[in-house]
Amino acid sequence: MKPVAILLAALTGWAAATLNVAAEDKVRVGLIVTLSGPPAVLGGQVRDGFNLAVKTLDGKLGGLDAEVTVVDDELKPDVAVNKVKGLIERDQVNFVVGPVFSNVLLAIEKPVTESNTFLISPNAGTSNFAGKQCNPNLFVTSYQNDQVHEVLGKYAQDKGYKSAFLLAPNYQAGKDALAGFKRDFKGEIVDEVYTPLGQLDFSAELAKIAADKPEALFTFMPGGMGVNLVKQYRQAGLASIPFLSAFTADESTLPAEKDDAIGFLGGANWAPDMDNPQSKAFVKAYEAAYNSVPGTYAMQAYDAATLIDSAIKGTGGNLSDKDALRAELKKANFTSLRGKFKFGVNNYPIQDFYLVKAAKRPDGKYETEIVQRVFEDYVDHYASECAMK
Amino acid sequence: MSFALLAVQTLNGVQLGILLFLIAAGLTLTFGVMDFVNLAHGVQYMVGAYLAAMFASWTGGFWGALALTLPTALAFGLALEFLVFRWLYDRDHLSQILATFGVILFLNQGVKTIWGAAPLSVPMPEALSGSIPLMPGLLFPVYRLALIGVGLGTALTLYLLINRTRVGMLVRAGATNAAMVSALGVDIRRLFMLVFGFGAMLAGFAGALVAPIVSVEPGMGDNLLILAFVVIVIGGIGSIRGAFLAALMVGLIDTLGRAFGPQMLRLALAPAAASQTGRALAPMLIYILMAAVLFQRPSGLFPVKQ
Repeated sequence: MKPVAILLAALTGWAAATLNVAAEDKVRVGLIVTLSGPPAVLGGQVRDGFNLAVKTLDGKLGGLDAEVTVVDDELKPDVAVNKVKGLIERDQVNFVVGPVFSNVLLAIEKPVTESNTFLISPNAGTSNFAGKQCNPNLFVTSYQNDQVHEVLGKYAQDKGYKSAFLLAPNYQAGKDALAGFKRDFKGEIVDEVYTPLGQLDFSAELAKIAADKPEALFTFMPGGMGVNLVKQYRQAGLASIPFLSAFTADESTLPAEKDDAIGFLGGANWAPDMDNPQSKAFVKAYEAAYNSVPGTYAMQAYDAATLIDSAIKGTGGNLSDKDALRAELKKANFTSLRGKFKFGVNNYPIQDFYLVKAAKRPDGKYETEIVQRVFEDYVDHYASECAMK
Repeated sequence: MSFALLAVQTLNGVQLGILLFLIAAGLTLTFGVMDFVNLAHGVQYMVGAYLAAMFASWTGGFWGALALTLPTALAFGLALEFLVFRWLYDRDHLSQILATFGVILFLNQGVKTIWGAAPLSVPMPEALSGSIPLMPGLLFPVYRLALIGVGLGTALTLYLLINRTRVGMLVRAGATNAAMVSALGVDIRRLFMLVFGFGAMLAGFAGALVAPIVSVEPGMGDNLLILAFVVIVIGGIGSIRGAFLAALMVGLIDTLGRAFGPQMLRLALAPAAASQTGRALAPMLIYILMAAVLFQRPSGLFPVKQ
């Protein structure tokens, strides 16, 4: 009996394998995001935003049944590379969506795009891929990283602030943030302070700000660092100095910052109070499903899903003609939650940017709200270096 | 660089030192008395902060949260002792490090599973919110002043407890020669358990105290654990007095170095180079201090007599 059983098992396995190959009416998406450590909040928003879009489309993308595989990059580039190779070779995905962090994007771009799989980044948008190393298989649904910081610099300049104090963690993204702010801000930089990554207590820096009396503070303190800075800034009685920031008081940190962040300013390409029907429906559905307010991370992931949906529809469900699929992606023929959206030559978005303000809603939850538009149809500064058409 | 700024930064340094002392006190007791390397001390601090956040949302205030956190942190420490650490006292340091490191991983993941990865916060008690002008133009948060007061009170209490009570005497004796204390008819295991639970409670107390000013998040104790080890090594392992002085030194040097290092360097270097060097040098200062102290006094400032 034994050999027969083995033979039977082998036959069933073979049959299943052939059936799988035959079932091409399915689109496979690999979602690679950070789900370990404190940044898991951001990865969770991307995952939930993407899944919500698929759910809204009845489990389909472009009319094909969608199979979404979620993997955790652990915020480690080497782990991420292994995981995307698994997605491409084992799971045979048609699209890779991710990651959250720029250093992971730098690592996975090559393995994904060289296998002629499309990489849709729902958050990270580094300058190299916007410029000289732009890639026809990479599409970014967020922004070029510098742009969010440029919003605050432009606002500070327009507002006529004569001096600003800059504060960021001592790593590449922190330095980029301050450079982005300084692009449009021409006032005096009172001081530029870099703190060790992960610093929890800002009392020394806050005392310095109080002594320097700048007209505004610009800072980039993502995650828990932002929570600490916001609370301590308020406690130190400095709130009369305008608090301009990026990724410091947003939907990922506001639940912890609460009232301390109210009135603090940020820059974004969208906010949950965006006034258009698709965005309102999205925020409502997201809050019902996940019991938290969606941030730009979730919005950009939702847009990534509807972008894929539109491209597959455009090719009539044909996933094997990569050139046609690429052309359809580039058209960006979908209804973005932020309203206007199109791709530039470098496959980075051309979109509006807003000044946003942290606020408490009547239902007691916290969100960012749009104050004013700062940039219209804003193209990033690296697009001109991209040789693609 | 005015006198007022210097004064405020000094207070900031003292406040950081006090916080470090609260964490290092428990660590130095377990390390010194029990010869037990407890890497999990930092996560006990984190658990204290999480408990405070949870109780604050139940009771709606800081004071209720603090009152509930202390016994719970004690119970939690005793449970850890009973389940894990008790089996490690007779093993070598490597086994202790491996096991307590495992506890770190387990608890960091555990709080994430229970409370989620997003940072939590604890409301500041109404009476201590806001800041008072210490000098014209420079404000200092009331809560941080209160923190300094509480820390000094704790230090004094600990000092009296260890040097003036019978239990304190046994603890000191246990630190010098555990086998002899045991031979004299003292249940050394129970003493160890007591010391351990007390250390865990101190860590939880520190966690609950800082919860209103920093975010409560997974892994928040890991960085402080390293600083706490620096403190107890400088102070002399097992010495509360050493831990207190070393914590103040580390807090002051770290804060003042960060605040004034770049300015001092600017006297000698170009501004850009000065800020670059200052930025790189400031986080190193406490380790340089540690190396210097160890060079002069290999067993720390106040070595426990063997």
